[in-house]
Amino acid sequence: MSEPLLRVRDLQVEFGLARGTLRAVDGVSFDVYPGEALGLVGESGSGKTVALRALVGLLPRAARITGGTVEIDGVDVGAAGEGRRRELRGTTVSMIFQEPMTALNPVMKVGEQIAEQPLVRLGMSRRDARLRALELMRLVGIPDPERRVRAYPHELSGGMRQRVMIAIALSGNPRLILCDEPTTALDVTIQDQILKLLQKLQRELDVALVFVSHDLAVIAQTCRRLAVMYAGQVVETGAVADVFREPRHPYTLGLLRSVPDFDAVRETLSSIPGSPPDLASPPQGCRFHPRCPFVQTDCLAGAIPLLELGDGRAARCLHHDRVAADVRREPVIVSG
Amino acid sequence: MAVAAEAVVEAQVIEHRRGFARRWYRTPSFVAGVTILGLIVLAALAAPLITNHGPTSQDLLNTLQGPSSKHWLGTDDLGRDVWSRLVYGARTDLKVAFLAVLFPFAIGTLIGLVAGYYGGWVDTITNWFVNVVVAFPFYVLIIALVFALGSGTRNIYIAITIVGWVSYTRIIRGEVLVAKRRDYVLAAKSGGLSDARILFRHLLPNVVTQAIVFACSDIVLDILAIVTLGYLGLGVQPPNPDWGRMIADGQTYLTTHWELSTIPGIAVVITALGLSLLADGLADLLRPE
Repeated sequence: MSEPLLRVRDLQVEFGLARGTLRAVDGVSFDVYPGEALGLVGESGSGKTVALRALVGLLPRAARITGGTVEIDGVDVGAAGEGRRRELRGTTVSMIFQEPMTALNPVMKVGEQIAEQPLVRLGMSRRDARLRALELMRLVGIPDPERRVRAYPHELSGGMRQRVMIAIALSGNPRLILCDEPTTALDVTIQDQILKLLQKLQRELDVALVFVSHDLAVIAQTCRRLAVMYAGQVVETGAVADVFREPRHPYTLGLLRSVPDFDAVRETLSSIPGSPPDLASPPQGCRFHPRCPFVQTDCLAGAIPLLELGDGRAARCLHHDRVAADVRREPVIVSG
Repeated sequence: MAVAAEAVVEAQVIEHRRGFARRWYRTPSFVAGVTILGLIVLAALAAPLITNHGPTSQDLLNTLQGPSSKHWLGTDDLGRDVWSRLVYGARTDLKVAFLAVLFPFAIGTLIGLVAGYYGGWVDTITNWFVNVVVAFPFYVLIIALVFALGSGTRNIYIAITIVGWVSYTRIIRGEVLVAKRRDYVLAAKSGGLSDARILFRHLLPNVVTQAIVFACSDIVLDILAIVTLGYLGLGVQPPNPDWGRMIADGQTYLTTHWELSTIPGIAVVITALGLSLLADGLADLLRPE
């Protein structure tokens, strides 16, 4: 296989707050290869969005990267200066945001917003940039682009806005697009259209996607590999099909069992008791142990390493075989 | 269903496009302000057409006349036509006031953008300067500055700029502090756009509305300042007609010819009223839904 486009190693991000330091991302590692889609799953506050922002150096002011490396296309993002990072943004890696209403400039016509990067980053003429904007609008499935090019964001529907957002993300010809919950703010029917569009673009333009979502169904539809995050750490990684069939971390199992299953493989819908820990003072040992049905005394002894399980799988659990046994006793969803 | 939804969106688009055109005449203060100010500006522009005497031509045989068909508002102590001086005075005072608001608007907006966006020491130093200027009363500082710099329109511009930029900086800085946290700024950064482009192309159009509204009421302050300076003999140089000078000149004859000071005074009040109503109406119209 070729070199990874994005290589993240042991990434740590800390927030300096009045009540102390909060480690929002703690030792996260993953690779994304050209043209591949990776899913990043977790609850709110699991550090997935912060990790994504850290990749392009756009953290909030209070946060900073305190360890690890991020390499995009062979460039060490941490060691590179702000100027070099800016060079990467847009033309190598771009972002799609959750809420297209707020992520689009309300007083700029959408055509201008799409044409902006071709104009200032790719050095196109005004005319070419405009044509490129129309072409991108057609590509993302916006009907009647000649007219919509002059529309303001609030004049478009939610789905159209997200298409515009995608067109902007594509406008610098990036090789990697970071998607931060791109369909969460949309209706279910629109959500499906947008996901299909992103998949189509990934196939046809050969761009790699990193998909951050709390929605397992979204990840199942779009990604081949995933990383499950909990309390700032990756707790399980592997191919989506493998992880969904046989999760090896109790948190992943809990997530899968809390998804409604209309094929009725299982009859009960469970939820994970408790809530995610306060990252300013994470629990001793395994961070999931206060909520874990499989907890043993050895779980509290110390930090749990990410254990390699073969086939590119890994889980941060000492008792992954017991989790697997439980799944064999009562299977989780296989639909999707 | 999709077609129906499209039609609804379509209707909303047209609705909005007509928004400003449809709403402006339903905003009473905007209509009143535009009418009053429009008439004054029109009179100032058409000054040679609506007067039959030069504003500076003296007629020492007909001084201190009452209103007549020849001199609509009478003549002053040098026999100059009061109506002509009033209309030409509007020319001077409005022109100086509009220009005097332009410089602090541009400079204050620029400083506010930079201070709000970058924060840190740039913001701290800016705030220090703002606080120093704000500590002095507006008129006192302007009068003192013009007194030190010498009279004349150029020095009026300089004095008003030195004092006036702080209001624009404070308004824009506050707006930028809120706006820069919005996702569209983050999106622009994630597209690798430069700070200058984000500031002027993305943030400025989103924050400048409040400054424009303030500029309308700021002109009122500037007109009052110019008139006050004229009254004190520090403003527009004679024999150019100016309302402040007219009030000062008429003061000597207040007991016998009260109208000489009162008429330009009323002109100042009406102009200020027109501008205030305009600012009020603009604030209503430009307020985001």
